[in-house]
Amino acid sequence: MNDPLQTLSVLDSLNSLVGGLFLLTAFGIVATRQANGILTLFIAQSLLLAASALALGLRYDSWHLYGVALVNVIAKPVLIPWIIRRTVHEEIHTRREIDQVLNIPTSLLIALALVILAYFLTIPLQRAVAMEFRGPNVPIGFAGLFLGAYTLAVRREAVPLLIGLLAMENGAFFAGISLARTLPLLVELAIATDGLIIVFITAVLIRAVHQHIGTTEVGALTRLKEHLTEDMPEEVAR
Amino acid sequence: MNVIVLLALPVVAAILCCLPWRRVAAIVTLASSLAVLVGSVQVARHVVNTGPVVAIPKWIAVDGLSALVLLLIAFVGVTAAFFSWGYLSANSHAPKRLRLYYANYNLFIFSMLAIPVLVEPTLVWIVVELTTLCSALLVCFENTREALEAAWKYVVLSLMGAAVALLGFLVLFAAMQAAGGGNYTWDGLIAAAPKMPTVLLQTAFVLILVGLGTKVGLVPMHTWLPDAHSQAPSPVCALLSGVETTAVLYVILRLLPVLKAAPAAHAEVWAMVFGLISVGVAAFLLLQVRDYKRMFAFSTVEHMGIILLAAGLGTSSARYGALYQALTHTLTKSFCFFAAGVSLLAVGTREIASVRGLIRTSPVAGASLLFGGLAIAGAPPFAVFLSEFSIFKAGLAEGRYLAMGLLVFFVAVGFFGILLHVNRMVFGTSNVDTQPPVRLPASCLAALSVTGALVIALGLYLPLPLHKLLQLGATALER
Repeated sequence: MNDPLQTLSVLDSLNSLVGGLFLLTAFGIVATRQANGILTLFIAQSLLLAASALALGLRYDSWHLYGVALVNVIAKPVLIPWIIRRTVHEEIHTRREIDQVLNIPTSLLIALALVILAYFLTIPLQRAVAMEFRGPNVPIGFAGLFLGAYTLAVRREAVPLLIGLLAMENGAFFAGISLARTLPLLVELAIATDGLIIVFITAVLIRAVHQHIGTTEVGALTRLKEHLTEDMPEEVAR
Repeated sequence: MNVIVLLALPVVAAILCCLPWRRVAAIVTLASSLAVLVGSVQVARHVVNTGPVVAIPKWIAVDGLSALVLLLIAFVGVTAAFFSWGYLSANSHAPKRLRLYYANYNLFIFSMLAIPVLVEPTLVWIVVELTTLCSALLVCFENTREALEAAWKYVVLSLMGAAVALLGFLVLFAAMQAAGGGNYTWDGLIAAAPKMPTVLLQTAFVLILVGLGTKVGLVPMHTWLPDAHSQAPSPVCALLSGVETTAVLYVILRLLPVLKAAPAAHAEVWAMVFGLISVGVAAFLLLQVRDYKRMFAFSTVEHMGIILLAAGLGTSSARYGALYQALTHTLTKSFCFFAAGVSLLAVGTREIASVRGLIRTSPVAGASLLFGGLAIAGAPPFAVFLSEFSIFKAGLAEGRYLAMGLLVFFVAVGFFGILLHVNRMVFGTSNVDTQPPVRLPASCLAALSVTGALVIALGLYLPLPLHKLLQLGATALER
């Protein structure tokens, strides 16, 4: 380990390992059935994002990335789950299975196709940037974004949808820590704060939905459609 | 320094709104939004007379284009605050909910004001996301099942778009580094653009166009827009439809001059195609709406498409037309939603089919709905007609006959759709007993008449400073 080149290659392979695990958690978020499990996977994913930032920070000796790792460790695995658990407590611990629009094997196949798509989409991008900005982070980040979006498309429950949103952002950042390494730390801090507001506002909405329709299955909210307005009860402004 | 005060005012007002005295929230909101308007006019005058204002180099600055958007936000901020006063007191809400409304209102204004004055793209992304978060609780303020559904769709789809756009901005940053670095600001991007790899620029542009386009309401990412823009209280609708969409579209427009450097990326074609599709789909959806607030929401989708299409055309007169259209649309659309608000107060329903003979039930609501419908559809004496005509002329001069032919056809379909519904609502014979006439709140009427007077005035002539501001904005889009 005294050889600096060897250290660098160890850090590179470490980062690749972290990238693989990150992708695995993204798949997990697509396929897991219970809200609590999805939240745990999200925590793991955020920790892996921080780990990758740390590995790349050591690799390129970049203070910016240490900052990113720190912000991520504080905001995502600690504060965000804390807010979610506080506000929508009963929904997290429900044992009931969350149904999806598609069944899980089909979902996983589509997710796999999305990952391959992400890989091919990022080949020209990788060629365009300097050697030091390349790496497994870019395709995996794009894949994370796509899988998050896919989660949003097939889930019908509020908490998994919220996690899907946050997972999309994690994916964007996973690519970002490699592509845009020197982004000002102020921006990182602002984005992390933003994440907290997202969770807070969404949690408030989830609670309101829960009070109104007795469940957090937001997929059941389908009253506002063009062809259904005729059945809509006459609504009187107060 | 002035610009920073502009940003600070709504935040201070939001904090003051939480004070537990009666009426203080409404008064504070009015005062702060009036102060913001005065400040914005000063900033805009300074921009027109002496050039861009730089408050904090590399972070906060105002040029012609920003000043125009700033002015629009500040203006609708004032009229909507006036309208809120009467509209909310007519509905008798609990004082605590009112304070929450006004606090949110001010935060929403803050987040929108920050969009044009920030020049660091990632920070702009953050405030765009903040606009969603600050307005979500305003959208579901009525607290009905439909309002909650609308707010949920609004938040989820907008944030989904925001995540895509975030990746776009990060790729843009990478493009900047690949070009040898520099300041990551709008100006810095334009300076570095010729050296950026085309593939990175194109990827960034498409990601941002799709991501922020969700929030602008471009088809096919528009599905949340008619829901949110119809379920929110009317003054909030005026802000959402009138200025929020325009402010986010401004961010996309900012990228067009950067993309000039990469002709192979075909940014103009992307803009024109997305624009035309939005205009076309919205025009046909306008024919079949059953809810008059949804009608105005679809008209917003149509107008956003027109602006994007015009910005995608090549000449400077087309860019001028795009900004002119943004100006006239903001004023007219805020008027339309105020008119929809007083109609809702007068008849108590949003359904087009159950509103007939409005001109007899409530002459003011009927007349303003007719006036707003004519103005937003683009009937000749009004400002929207002039701006649409200037875009059409610029497009023809450039030889884009197909695009302009389609545009005219779609606009005509939209015109027909809006006037069909408005005509039935205002003049149709009602088969139900006429309700007792409702006294409309004075502040609502004040907001209506001020905006209406401006809509008429802009149709007759464009003041020279405003013309100069539009020209400055058009040059900022060009470089």
